[in-house]
Amino acid sequence: MDKRNAKRLADANKAGDTVQALTANRLSDGIVVYLDGQGGWTEDMAKARFAEDDETLQQMQGIADKAVADRLVVEVYPIGVMIEDEGPVALSVRERIRAAHKTTLTKDWYDVPL
Amino acid sequence: MYRYDEFDNTFVRERVAEFRDQAERRLSGQLSEAEFKPLRLRNGLYLQLHAYMLRIAIPYGELSPRQLRQLAMIGRKYDRGYGHFTTRQNLQFNWVRLVDMPDILDALADVEMHCIQTSGNCIRNTTADPYAGAAFDEIEDPRVWCEVIRQWSTLHPEFNWLPRKFKIAISGAAEDRAATEFHDIGLRIVKGPDGKTGFRVLVGGGMGRSPFVGKEIRPFLEKQHLLSYLDSMLRVYNRYGRRDNIYKARIKILVHELGIDKYREEVEADWEANRKESIDLPQAEYDRIAAYFEPPALAPRPVRDEGVDARRETDPAFAGWLRNNAKPHKVPGYTSVVVSLKEPGRTPGDASSEAMELVADLAEQYGNGAIRVNYTQNLILPHVAWSDLPALYDALAAGGLATGNNELLGDLICCPGLDYCNLANARSIPIAKEIAKRFEDPERQAEIGQIRLNMSGCINACGHHHSGNIGILGVDKKGTELYQITLGGSPKDDASIGSIIGPGFRAEAVPDAIDTIVSTYIAHRDEGETFLDTWRRLGAEPFKEALYGAR
Repeated sequence: MDKRNAKRLADANKAGDTVQALTANRLSDGIVVYLDGQGGWTEDMAKARFAEDDETLQQMQGIADKAVADRLVVEVYPIGVMIEDEGPVALSVRERIRAAHKTTLTKDWYDVPL
Repeated sequence: MYRYDEFDNTFVRERVAEFRDQAERRLSGQLSEAEFKPLRLRNGLYLQLHAYMLRIAIPYGELSPRQLRQLAMIGRKYDRGYGHFTTRQNLQFNWVRLVDMPDILDALADVEMHCIQTSGNCIRNTTADPYAGAAFDEIEDPRVWCEVIRQWSTLHPEFNWLPRKFKIAISGAAEDRAATEFHDIGLRIVKGPDGKTGFRVLVGGGMGRSPFVGKEIRPFLEKQHLLSYLDSMLRVYNRYGRRDNIYKARIKILVHELGIDKYREEVEADWEANRKESIDLPQAEYDRIAAYFEPPALAPRPVRDEGVDARRETDPAFAGWLRNNAKPHKVPGYTSVVVSLKEPGRTPGDASSEAMELVADLAEQYGNGAIRVNYTQNLILPHVAWSDLPALYDALAAGGLATGNNELLGDLICCPGLDYCNLANARSIPIAKEIAKRFEDPERQAEIGQIRLNMSGCINACGHHHSGNIGILGVDKKGTELYQITLGGSPKDDASIGSIIGPGFRAEAVPDAIDTIVSTYIAHRDEGETFLDTWRRLGAEPFKEALYGAR
C-alpha cells in the first residue's frame, strides 16, 4: 500500500460514529467503484457494503484482495462514511468528489464541510 | 513545424505496439500492477482521482490544425468531449480507459504525436516562448533548439532514470515568456560580445515544496556546445542528485546544497573532460532541423485597417480583446492572437472538442496554419493579419473563445486540483470560477491592469502559485480545505517567489480576500505602477492591514 493510501486508512480508522467502505478503481477503465454486499463492485456508493467493525472490514479486504488478483480493481483502500437520512456520505471532501463521479461541485461547493 | 522522418515514424509506431502488448499482458494477468505502473507512466498514463488520465506531449507547445483536430476526435471518441491544456504546454484527457489506450496512441501516431516521457524521472517536454517565430522582440527562434533537445533527450540512455523529473525551458526573445527561471534548466538566447547568439544558462529553478529561482551557471554558452554542456549538467546531477528522498531529489536541491559555484565547477570539469567525445550537433544536422522552422511566407498586409479602427470605436468588447489579446508581431501588418480559454465560469485551460475544431479551422483560415499552447493555459494563433481581426474575433466569439482578458486578472492559471488530481489536497477549479465571476466586469479588470493570479491545489505547485503576483495554495488543514495567499511572485525576467501574507482563508472567503488585495493595490499605487511595483515599494504591511487588520 502506498503512503497516501496508508494515511487514508489511518484517517478512516480514526473516525468515530462512522462506518467504512472499501473503494478502488476498476482496472479496465479506472472508474471509481465500491465493494458491494454480493462481493461485486458498484459505482454507486449507496449500494456499497459498510463495515461497522474491524472484523467485517478484514473480511471485506479479503474479498478485495481476490478482486485485485483477478484483475478487476486496483488501488483498494477503506474510507470513512457517515450514514445519514438521505444515504451514505463520505467523510472527506476528496471521497465526496470521487463518489460524485464528476468534477467541481459548483452548485454547492460552499456547503461541502470544509 | 518539424515533421517526422522515417526514423521518427517507425520509433513511435514501435512504441505503440510495445504498449499494446504491455496493456494486453496487464489485462490478462501476465503483468502485476506493480510491474505495469512504471510502463504506463512512461507513456503518460496516470491513475487519478476519478479515472485514468492521459498526458499528451505537445513539443514546445506547437500544434498543427490536423493535430488539434485529432485531439478533438480523441476527446470525443475516447473521453468526455474535452481536454485540459496544462501549465507545461501539454494536453491531458481525464477520463480515458486503459482498454482504449493502444488505439489512442495509434491515433496520436497518425498525426506525429505521442505521450513518451510525459511522466517519470526523465527529461520531459521542453517548453518555449509560445510566440516563437512571431514575436517582435525575438532574437532567435528557440524552436530549433527545442527540437534538437527533444531528439537528444528522447530515450537518452544515460538520462532516462534520473533522480527525479527534469524540465527545460527556452526563450529566444528579450522578454521571458517561458518562465525559464523556474525550470531545472532555463535557456535564454542572448547576443554575445561579438554579436553572435548563444545561451545564457540557468539551473536549479523550480516550484513545488521548495521553490527556487534559477541561478546563472554560464552567462554565455556558444550555441554549438549546447548538447555537450547539457550532457555535463545532467551527468553531474545524475551522479550527485539524491535518490533517497523524493522531496530532495530535484536538481534545485542539489544546486542549493552544493552552491552554484561548486556545481558549476563540477560541470565545467566534466565538460572539459568529455566534450571532445561528446555529441555536439554537426552544423549540417542543425541546418536540417532549422529548415523546418523557416518563417511562413506572410503576404504583405496593411499595418492599419479601417475596419479594425471602426470596430474598435464602436465595440468595447472588441476593443478590449484587441488591446489585451492581439500581441505585437515581427512582420508589419500581422499580430499574434491569444485565444482565451478563460471565459468566466469555465475551467481554466479546458477546451471542448468543438472548441479545438473551431480553433483548427480558424488557424487555417486566418492564421497560416499555426497554433501554439501557452503555459498560461491559452491557445495562440501566432500569425494573423491585422485586417482579419474583426472576422476572427466574430468567429471566436461564436464559440465562446473571444474573452479579452489575456494577462488580466481573469486570465488566472489553475491546476486541476482535488477535482481531478490524486495528489491534490484542496480544490482549485471552483475557487478559480468564483474569482473569475467576482472580477467578470471587463472595466474592472481593465482598471486593475496586468496582473498574474496563479492557483495550485497542493504544494506540488502545478498551478505555479509561487510565481503569481497573487498566488493561492490549497492545503488540507486537519480535514479542512484552507487557502494560503502569497504576494509578490513573478515568472518573468524579474522572477521572484511570492511571500505568504498571513493565515489562510476558508474557500468561501477567498474571493473577498482577493478583492481586498486588489483594492488595496489600487488605493496605494502610484501612476503607472503594476501590482508588483506597488508590492515591492510598499511591502506586505498595507495588504496585511487590509486583510487582517480587524482580526
